[in-house]
Amino acid sequence: MEKVRIIRYSKPYLIMIFISIGLLYGQANFDLTLPDYLSKIVNVGIQQGGVENAVPKAIREIEMNRTLIFLTPENQTDVLNVYTLVHNATAEADRYVKKYPALLNQSVYILTNSESAKIAHLNPIMARALLTVSFVELLMVNDTLRILINMQLGLSLPGGTDLFEYLKTHPISTLVIIAVVDSKFSALGETMIIQAATQVVRAEYKALGMNVNQLQINYLLYFGGLMILLTLLSMACTISVGYLAAKIATGMARDMRRDIFKKVEKFSSTEFDSFSTASLITRSTNDITQVQMAIMMIIRMVFYAPILGIGGIIHALNLAPTMWWIIAMAVGILLSLILVVFYIALPKFKSIQKLVDRINLVARESLTGIMVVRAFNKQQFEETRFDKANIDLTKISLFINRVMVIMMPLMMMMMNGLAIVIIWVGSHEIANANLQVGDIIAFMQYAIQVTTAFLMLSIMFIILPRASVSINRIAEVLKTDILIQDPENPKHFDESFRGKIEFRNVSFRYTGAPEDVLHDISFTAHSGQVTAFIGPTGSGKSTLVNLIPRLYEVTAGAILIDNIDVREVNQQELRDKIGYVPQKNALFSGTIASNLLFADENASEDDLKSAIKIAQVTEFVTAKPEGMATEIAQGGMNVSGGQKQRLSIARALVKKAPINILDDSFSNLDFKTDVALRKALRTSISANTMLIVTQRVSTIKNVDQIIVVNEGKIVGKGTHTELMENCAIYKDIAISQLNLEELL
Amino acid sequence: MMQRSGGPVRGRGPMGAAFSTREKATDFRGTMGKLFRYMGRYKKLVLLVFIFAAASTIANIIGPKILGTATTSLVNGVIAQINGTGGINFAYIGAILLGVLAIYILSAAFGFIQGWIMAGVSTNIAYRFRRDIAEKINRLPLKYFDGTTHGEVLSRITNDVDTINQSLSQSLTQVITSVVTVIGVLIMMFTISWIMTLIALAMLPLSMILMGVIIGRSQKYFKQQQDYLGHVNGHVEEMYGGHIVIKAFSGEAKSVEKFSQLNNKWYKGSWKANFFSGMMIPIMLFISNLGYVAVAILGAWLAIQNIITIGDIQAFIQYVRSFTQPLSQIANISNVLQQTAAAAERVFKFLEEEEEILDVPNPVRLEHVKGLVEFQNVHFGYNPDKIIIHNFSAIAQPGQKIAIVGPTGAGKTTLVKLLMRFYDLNSGAILVDGHDTRDFTREGLRSMFGMVLQDAWLYNDSIMNNIRYSRQDATDEDIYVAARTAYVDPFVKTLPDGYHMVINEETTNVSQGQMQLLTIARAILANPPILILDEATSSVDTHTEILIQKAMDALMQNRTSFVIAHRLSTIRNADLILVIRDGDIVEQGTHNELLARGGYYAELYNSQFEKLNSI
Repeated sequence: MEKVRIIRYSKPYLIMIFISIGLLYGQANFDLTLPDYLSKIVNVGIQQGGVENAVPKAIREIEMNRTLIFLTPENQTDVLNVYTLVHNATAEADRYVKKYPALLNQSVYILTNSESAKIAHLNPIMARALLTVSFVELLMVNDTLRILINMQLGLSLPGGTDLFEYLKTHPISTLVIIAVVDSKFSALGETMIIQAATQVVRAEYKALGMNVNQLQINYLLYFGGLMILLTLLSMACTISVGYLAAKIATGMARDMRRDIFKKVEKFSSTEFDSFSTASLITRSTNDITQVQMAIMMIIRMVFYAPILGIGGIIHALNLAPTMWWIIAMAVGILLSLILVVFYIALPKFKSIQKLVDRINLVARESLTGIMVVRAFNKQQFEETRFDKANIDLTKISLFINRVMVIMMPLMMMMMNGLAIVIIWVGSHEIANANLQVGDIIAFMQYAIQVTTAFLMLSIMFIILPRASVSINRIAEVLKTDILIQDPENPKHFDESFRGKIEFRNVSFRYTGAPEDVLHDISFTAHSGQVTAFIGPTGSGKSTLVNLIPRLYEVTAGAILIDNIDVREVNQQELRDKIGYVPQKNALFSGTIASNLLFADENASEDDLKSAIKIAQVTEFVTAKPEGMATEIAQGGMNVSGGQKQRLSIARALVKKAPINILDDSFSNLDFKTDVALRKALRTSISANTMLIVTQRVSTIKNVDQIIVVNEGKIVGKGTHTELMENCAIYKDIAISQLNLEELL
Repeated sequence: MMQRSGGPVRGRGPMGAAFSTREKATDFRGTMGKLFRYMGRYKKLVLLVFIFAAASTIANIIGPKILGTATTSLVNGVIAQINGTGGINFAYIGAILLGVLAIYILSAAFGFIQGWIMAGVSTNIAYRFRRDIAEKINRLPLKYFDGTTHGEVLSRITNDVDTINQSLSQSLTQVITSVVTVIGVLIMMFTISWIMTLIALAMLPLSMILMGVIIGRSQKYFKQQQDYLGHVNGHVEEMYGGHIVIKAFSGEAKSVEKFSQLNNKWYKGSWKANFFSGMMIPIMLFISNLGYVAVAILGAWLAIQNIITIGDIQAFIQYVRSFTQPLSQIANISNVLQQTAAAAERVFKFLEEEEEILDVPNPVRLEHVKGLVEFQNVHFGYNPDKIIIHNFSAIAQPGQKIAIVGPTGAGKTTLVKLLMRFYDLNSGAILVDGHDTRDFTREGLRSMFGMVLQDAWLYNDSIMNNIRYSRQDATDEDIYVAARTAYVDPFVKTLPDGYHMVINEETTNVSQGQMQLLTIARAILANPPILILDEATSSVDTHTEILIQKAMDALMQNRTSFVIAHRLSTIRNADLILVIRDGDIVEQGTHNELLARGGYYAELYNSQFEKLNSI
């Protein structure tokens, strides 16, 4: 279900994906044909001297006549059908004489029909006949052998004459000779007979005056050229796939990242809190990168491995069907090797992460507590603590290192062992005439390709689960429903906006929490007045004010601003009315000016100046050589807490909103600045509705309305003097902070 | 190989490791020299590793050549069979194959032994590096950490040491095997045929040039992609960090717009980087195939001339294949070594940082500490060019309470750091019971002080052990007593495992105030004659604040105490108030004296209680 959401992202790239698969198919085909050509080069080009068939391209008339003697009448017609006799000193002969110089003084049969079916049919026939011819030719020059044969077979082949003429007239002797040659070669099998006959053909070519060495080199160049062409095509496919894969993977990553970011930006605080900030950051950055890598791998490897693997198996089986078990064995060993290693190493891989975290934790603790460590003279203790974590990590990491180190030689040995087994088994296949030497080399290549394919697939078993975790994490964010939505028919605030805030029996509960954190809150904050919230940590003061700009949604009751429910206006319109200073003062990288302008892009220079003046940061800003253009680092890391707080206040002021909410915004200020700031606020924005959350009684002694919050309930409401008299909790807080006389 | 997360999100794209922008050590030779000296004690083992690595490689190289003779014999056997003069000699071929198998097994065994030893050595070195760094932390002056973030030091311990470990366990032996392979293969190739070898070698410059072009290109794009990814990630971190502000100021659209720009820019750089790096393998393969064909054709021609055998061609083809791989490995290794040197350089730089001045040879030891603390003409600056404390003198009588007052960020903790001798004075002296603090050992001096800072420090262990931190030999009973005195006991008893509850890694299972109470308990257990305290501020709730106050009051009884004060009551009751402004002590005296003087203190005090219409 969740993965489906992510697969959706492949939609714009479907065409590209299909093209990639097509290209991969092409690449696999090219890669798999390569060994075929290699075997051709070895078998024909090198071993057979570049002569492919036992059916010669041309043959002298006398030699043809000799050959015909050993063919059945039926075969004779078949053979003569594909050849044309060219007589010397004719116009036709002139056309061929350059190719076959023997045409100058004798007639030559030239192969004129080289249909592959015909050739395949005639190949063994011609091979036998040619071998017989060469055997008889041998008898003509070798008297000892002739006498031996005569004695053994009871023939009376005469010496010193043309034996072929003799055989023409002695059909019985001819049949015996054919039988002898057949029995001699029957053990060799067809391929080897043809291979043997190519030697006769080669000799015939020589007799025709052809340059046989040139012939061989031409053959090699032709197939070498084809091989290079194939490699080129294969390279083109691979590079094109690389191009498409890069575009698809990065494109999908870009789209996903964009959507996740947009989604998170829409999150209200409720959704934001349900993930942690750190987790959302990882989901938008690292997880996306993980998925991107996985997509890349899927296109380049997962799609390719089956094509290559199956193709390799088919080619290998075509070549040597009896040797399938070697490949099966190699794959089996490889897979079990990988399984065993991962069965052993995977749990350790998981625990190593924990141990690295542990060592980080201990070191970080030593660093953050460096003063305490030294104050209590605990250096030795810290070193021992670290050493324990260090030893644990070292043990596991040694184990993993060693497992990894074993893998390499084992893999090498497996591949080498594979080659040895193939040669051994293959040599028997050769002896049985099922294979040729070149085929073994090709078979080795196929075996390696098939095992590589399985290796690729097994790598996916490592990558995919990891990517799948990331995909789920991304999908979680994307599928999160956003609780706070704009109304369909929004109301609008009046032109004469007053900023009266009214809470009517508001309760609030965090999503998934068992209990409400705010219970039945009711109060009214009027414009031109200051309303302060005080109470212990965790009492719910911050949550309460966060409900006003609709950062959270009330669970029950209603919040009304100028008698309009905050849920009935657009969020932007609502928030435009509120100058908010959050408890956690986030500044953004840029300059002081850019941070202030964040509240209102169109604010004038004077607006900024007056805002920083009220917020008591003028001194800080003007002391900087660059003034308002002073750089602010990410998160405002380069300014102190107090300055951050004041700049945040200034930012809220630039907005010139009629409602101001200051959530614990004075805590980092010293008393003096605190007082000056409050005084300035008081005079500059006296008409506003002001809400202050604080822990300091001194800050709010003189405000119009103090609301005391405890455990999510309002336990007191009134001025300082009133509350001192009738609110025990307020009184406790006040006494703990001030001396009695100061309270009066 | 291993994905180690942790630390900040860094802009590392896919294949980042292989193509990350080249880091360079400033002193490559020197650093590598140091690294080898650091490995000194493993000299013999490393030598053994080298020998085994070389032996394993040589065995691997000889293999194909011998395997080639099997093929040749096979071919000859086939020819003999055709000519009817014999057949395939299986006994001979079998013997050769067994021999080759033995060689390969030997090679694997050597490789295995080599890897086994090297993994041990490199892991051990990583262990020592981490231990040395951890110990170094404790010997560095605090001053060092003013200019160095914790992240940097942690990165030495994890990332840098890890880089060194990986590089030693893999790349070092790779150097050996690659070099031996290249030389060995070259020799074998020459013994087969010098012409073919020359042809094969002719492919090298071609591949080098192409590789150079591609690497140059892809590195450029990788750098871009990493920069852009850094920007994207930075923007994400920042916007998520300030989510509430974005919401409150309706800045979503602006933020998304900026993000889209960065994201698109990243896309443009990233696909190019990935594409170019992906081109490398097919192009290398093409060149390798080109060499292959050249060798096959030339080999065939030579075979016609009966100069070489078919088995030789087969072996040669294998050699050509195994020739290009170590070459690209060597090219890559220089990169890896540079990275290693950069990492090692950072680690060594840290280990070589100037340490704290040694303690005096004959330190003072006090049997009974009265708690008289004198400051005599103290001058101090974190940076010697910028003295912040000018000629400060004061006396704290035994049992007196000294309040340190001043606005936030004025440098109130500086005095604490000087008292504890975390920093040394530029001139002047601080005396305890009449002895210069520099005449004590640091340990001796610090054992006289108890310290409770506001950002209370606890570590990932049980509450019991966290309190015991100040005195390892304390009995459980001692700890309970201290806990009761510090008002820790009631809340600890409500915790799931009581005193045995483990403080979690983020220290979020106890509140800020409770943490502070625990550190007070810790100080009580130590029972020091002199105290340094940091009062709680507004981040602690009222009830706990009262408890902290009570616990601190109990602790301060009859002890000389330095209090970084926030509460007016504390300040008014102090025997001596030190007023800090911009790091310097600008005024000192009692509350009444200072008010009468009408200076900075009076201004601070009055601003708080001015009868104004405060908002």
